Amino acid sequence: MNRIAEQLTLSASDNPNNQLDGGSSNTCGTGVQFELASGNNPAAFTQQYTDVKSEKDARIKMDHGTTTLAFKFKHGVLVATDSRATSGNVIASQSVKKVIEINPYLLGTMAGGAADCSFWERVLGMECRLYELRNKKRISVAAASKLLANLVYRYKGMGLSMGTMVAGWDESGPGLYYVDSEGQRVVNDLFSVGSGSTFAYGVLDSHYRFDMSVEEAKDLGRRAIYHATHRDAYSGGIVRMYWVKEDGWVAYPLEDVGELYFRYHPEIKLTHAAESPLTAQRAA
Amino acid sequence: MSYDSALTIFSPDGHLFQVEYAQEAVRKGTCAVGICCKDSVILGVEKKAALKLQDSRTMRKIHRLDEHIFLASAGLVADARVLVDMARVECQNHRLTVEDAPTVEFISHYIASVQQRYTQSGGRRPFGISTLIVGFDPNNTPKLFQTDPSGIYYQWKANAIGRNSKTVHEFLEKHYAQDMSESDGIKLAVKSLLEVVQTGAKNIEILVITKDGNRTPNIQEIEQTIKTIEAEKIEEAEKKANKRKPATSA
Repeated sequence: MNRIAEQLTLSASDNPNNQLDGGSSNTCGTGVQFELASGNNPAAFTQQYTDVKSEKDARIKMDHGTTTLAFKFKHGVLVATDSRATSGNVIASQSVKKVIEINPYLLGTMAGGAADCSFWERVLGMECRLYELRNKKRISVAAASKLLANLVYRYKGMGLSMGTMVAGWDESGPGLYYVDSEGQRVVNDLFSVGSGSTFAYGVLDSHYRFDMSVEEAKDLGRRAIYHATHRDAYSGGIVRMYWVKEDGWVAYPLEDVGELYFRYHPEIKLTHAAESPLTAQRAA
Repeated sequence: MSYDSALTIFSPDGHLFQVEYAQEAVRKGTCAVGICCKDSVILGVEKKAALKLQDSRTMRKIHRLDEHIFLASAGLVADARVLVDMARVECQNHRLTVEDAPTVEFISHYIASVQQRYTQSGGRRPFGISTLIVGFDPNNTPKLFQTDPSGIYYQWKANAIGRNSKTVHEFLEKHYAQDMSESDGIKLAVKSLLEVVQTGAKNIEILVITKDGNRTPNIQEIEQTIKTIEAEKIEEAEKKANKRKPATSA
């Protein structure tokens, strides 16, 4: 099913003895090989158990509760995510790291299956480093996102769940791509991914301008995540924000969305204001 | 015991004889010369005389690998055909996975790796060709690389491969100058080939590559260049002769 992808992503040599890999192409990654389900069509086999859309009784249900966003602007790329993980009706964690630091100048976001995202983005980190060593220059964001897309395309239909944005800065300026496990790879100035993305898009599309200042961009990202967490049950926790600039990314201090609620709705006041440490902090 | 019958056996004094014999095959091939100039790179090849009934257009010594990367080879023509095709696929592969044009160094590394691989596995023989790979990188710098049957590759400012390459190389060492203009580069390429190609313009083919494209000077232009070279030679000879005569006026 994915033979074309295999031919293109594996070593481009026609040497059957792949141990002599010194002659293999510098561009194509080696990736990692998994044992696939036996039979002619491993995708069809795994699809029975994972694809909720086609099989109502699929036993492995992935939750996609999250809000992640990223946008390019004059001074780089701003990446912001929430930090809630849910399984069913239970909030499993409020402090998940949904931004994956691929290397000091490339970031990836996590939406969909946490294991799928973090694993494949670590493999991507390895491939990016190998590219750097072989070609004596940093990999471009286009190439990095392409490597990731090709890696997961080989497992298309087998139940991977990953919707990630690859953000970075390369020779052609700030770069931002959206890559998912369905094989989609698109480029744009602004993306939001996850169950809370619709709310985030509302805020982002209303106020986005390419020539924002860094402070304006940070505020926009923060607001968008806050509004998404306010309305989407599956998003919440803290806002994790990163700014990718020319010499790499910078992480910002974490902000609890609960606190942001009071900041963005100053008319709301707690009763028993004096006794609450939260309001004392706010007043300070 | 002879150490030259199998590829995968070293001789006691550290030679891989099959690779060295492949390099001998290269020395029998027609000459090719490459020269890096300021904004261009020149490839000159010695064309074998076309036999009467042959269609000379099918005898190509210079092959295009990608938009701005060309390759000239010396040695076994059939081996060149196979390597060129592998390199062309690799260039497209690079464009597909990295969404950018390959650098000359990248493709030279690939070709050299393929040649090296064929010196290390059983049941194969090395490729009997050396190549000159010329072109422009995406940042518009001209480059020239050379590979050989052992799988090495080096970058050069100017080099020659094939028949009498040693003579041509020594000539280049004497006359190469940094940052030459395109016309000076063409002149040098023709001059250096004339050292070993006696029969003149009809057996020389030149390719000029600039960052915007490439052109093949036609035979009239080459003949004109040769005439200029001859004229300059006569001038040089006259100057030398005049120097030997003492000045007659007081």
